Amino acid sequence: MKIAVCVKQIPDPATPYELDPGTNFVARPDDQVLDDTDRYGVEVGLQLVEEIGEDATLTLVSMSPSGTLQGIRQALAMGADRAIIIDDGSLRGADALTTAKVLAAALKEDGFDLVIAGTESTDGYAGVMPQQLAELLDVPSLSFARKVERDGDKIRVERQTQAGYNVVEASLPALLTVTSGVVEPRYPNFKGIMQAKKKPVETKTCADLGVEPVSQQIIQSVEPIPARQAGEIVEDEGEGYLKIVAKLEEAKVI
Amino acid sequence: MSKGAVGPRKPNPRDFLNVDALLDGEDRLLRDTVREWVGDRVLPDVADWFEEGYFPRELAREMGDLGLLGMHLDGYGCAGTSAVQYGLACTELEAGDSGARSFVSVQGSLSMFPIWAFGSEEQKQQWLPGMAAGDLIGCFGLTEADSGSDPSSMKTHAKRDGSDWVLNGSKMWITNGGVSDVAIVWAQTEEGVRGFIVPRDTEGFDTNDIHKKVSLRASVTSELVLNDVRLPADAMLPNVVGLKGPLACLNEARFGILFGAVGAARACYEAALDYSKERQQFGKPIASFQLTQRKLVDMMVAVNRGMLVALHIGRMKDEGKAGVEDISFGKMDNVRMALDVAREARSVLGANGITLEYPVIRHMNNLESVFTYEGTNEVHTLIMGQAITGIAAFS
Ligand SMILES: Cc1cc2nc3c(=O)[nH]c(=O)nc-3n(C[C@H](O)[C@H](O)[C@H](O)COP(=O)(O)OP(=O)(O)OC[C@H]3O[C@@H](n4cnc5c(N)ncnc54)[C@H](O)[C@@H]3O)c2cc1C
Repeated sequence: MKIAVCVKQIPDPATPYELDPGTNFVARPDDQVLDDTDRYGVEVGLQLVEEIGEDATLTLVSMSPSGTLQGIRQALAMGADRAIIIDDGSLRGADALTTAKVLAAALKEDGFDLVIAGTESTDGYAGVMPQQLAELLDVPSLSFARKVERDGDKIRVERQTQAGYNVVEASLPALLTVTSGVVEPRYPNFKGIMQAKKKPVETKTCADLGVEPVSQQIIQSVEPIPARQAGEIVEDEGEGYLKIVAKLEEAKVI
Repeated sequence: MSKGAVGPRKPNPRDFLNVDALLDGEDRLLRDTVREWVGDRVLPDVADWFEEGYFPRELAREMGDLGLLGMHLDGYGCAGTSAVQYGLACTELEAGDSGARSFVSVQGSLSMFPIWAFGSEEQKQQWLPGMAAGDLIGCFGLTEADSGSDPSSMKTHAKRDGSDWVLNGSKMWITNGGVSDVAIVWAQTEEGVRGFIVPRDTEGFDTNDIHKKVSLRASVTSELVLNDVRLPADAMLPNVVGLKGPLACLNEARFGILFGAVGAARACYEAALDYSKERQQFGKPIASFQLTQRKLVDMMVAVNRGMLVALHIGRMKDEGKAGVEDISFGKMDNVRMALDVAREARSVLGANGITLEYPVIRHMNNLESVFTYEGTNEVHTLIMGQAITGIAAFS
């Protein structure tokens, strides 16, 4: 079984993001890290590979400037077998649909039984790319998976809902998106880290894949997030909890 | 930061000189992995462990899974990292707690290293994989109650009896002693000091944990008692005779400490920096006062300098060029630096600085042990003193 996990390299969220003043696109340093939310997809993929055994492989597919490959290496160190990167200057600031088209081309070329993606990326937050990708690949899409099981040539997931979960299944090939926090992503161990730089990484351009990106996205303006209002302090004279319950009910949280 | 962007950078308060840029991607990935693990598994509970005087044994296996145990050794289940990477891991562990770093130092450099460097092939096969995995915990017995800085005065001895060895004596201040599955014990023989691999369940071998410590509490320190401990001939490490055996192990561990101490210092500096920006007195954050800024800057400079020294010595070690004196330089000065930083940070935190709610006094107390073990500050001073004067002043 050939499992592909879509991962994204993003600027380190611990450092302040810079925007390109001309385009308002996020400036991409050479050194990018693995999007934290993608670690869940990689973990789910690795668990499947371990369950299936010998003939399962895990390929990372990423559209991003390769840079130092730091983020990709992190996922390889966790245990992925190889990576395909689509690095092409014309993809700067690509919108979700363009990204989906490019990834679809790479996935079709390489072949796959199951594609795993995160629910949304930490730097873009569009949250639509995986479904577009499933459509372009013409495979069923199972979203918000919190538990994944293979059953012969079917894949079954527990799909997170507001109230609980649904059990949904699809025949392979298929695509699924993984919700953050559903599994405990493993730490890359030192042997994995040492091996990561020896694992194969193929870099492709749009021309290699025969796609012509036409990004439709223009960022008109960027506004800073308004500063957070100071919170309200509830004095507790023994019955503070009642006031808090009232607040939570008012906010319709409970 | 983007490609082609030029111009002066703004210093990052947590990495002022951008020492990060001196590390390659693999170094950083390894460092960040340890940092994250420490953040997840050590920091949340270490104040309690310290208070209770407890080291959670299950951490050993997690450390083994990560590859922390014997990480700088090759083969036998060890990761085979560079010296710099071993050092960076120690920095992150000790930014958590000196106890966690001590555990890794003792396991990798003091227990696994002697087997790896001086053991027979059978000994390596028998012990190293389990120790690398964290299934087996080791300890290193050199010091005795009456033999500290001068290990040549040790009384523990091993006598031949047929092909067997019989060991008698006791060892004191032994990290991991009480939780160990195997002890590397150094003893006098007719041919000089030799190392022995003593399995925990050997008859006549016992341990007593040392209580009432106020330093390195999240680490087990014990006495080892050897009462007619009979070992087969193949329990002896065949490939080293004399004190150079244990000293070679200590050199490995001291190398980890010169990086580790920087981690403890960094944690104290960062705690003081954060605190000083939050804590208000006289209507403003205490970081606004010139005296506080002087302290913060002194600490920051010391931490950066310590890291540069560590990295420099680490690079020399990777090239096979670091001498004993270089390690003494780093161990002596970085631990002293860390202790100074911890005390300065303690003062910035005021009364809060004396509680375990903040990491500072825990580090400060821990560093008192680090100052003394693995060659005291004075002993390392004398090693360097001898190197620059040509005169030995030890006795
Ligand atoms: C928490 C902890 C864990 C430890 N873990 C281990 C372990 O795992 N294995 C192990 O074998 N040992 C261990 N030790 C022991 C440690 O290595 C010794 O404490 C250290 O070597 C110093 O010996 P000592 O305590 O006997 O001090 P002493 O040697 O008695 O020294 C007392 C003072 O005299 C000074 N002094 C001694 N000789 C000279 C000299 N010639 N010139 C100038 N000053 C001198 C010393 O620097 C020191 O200031 C541990 C110690 C501690 C505190």
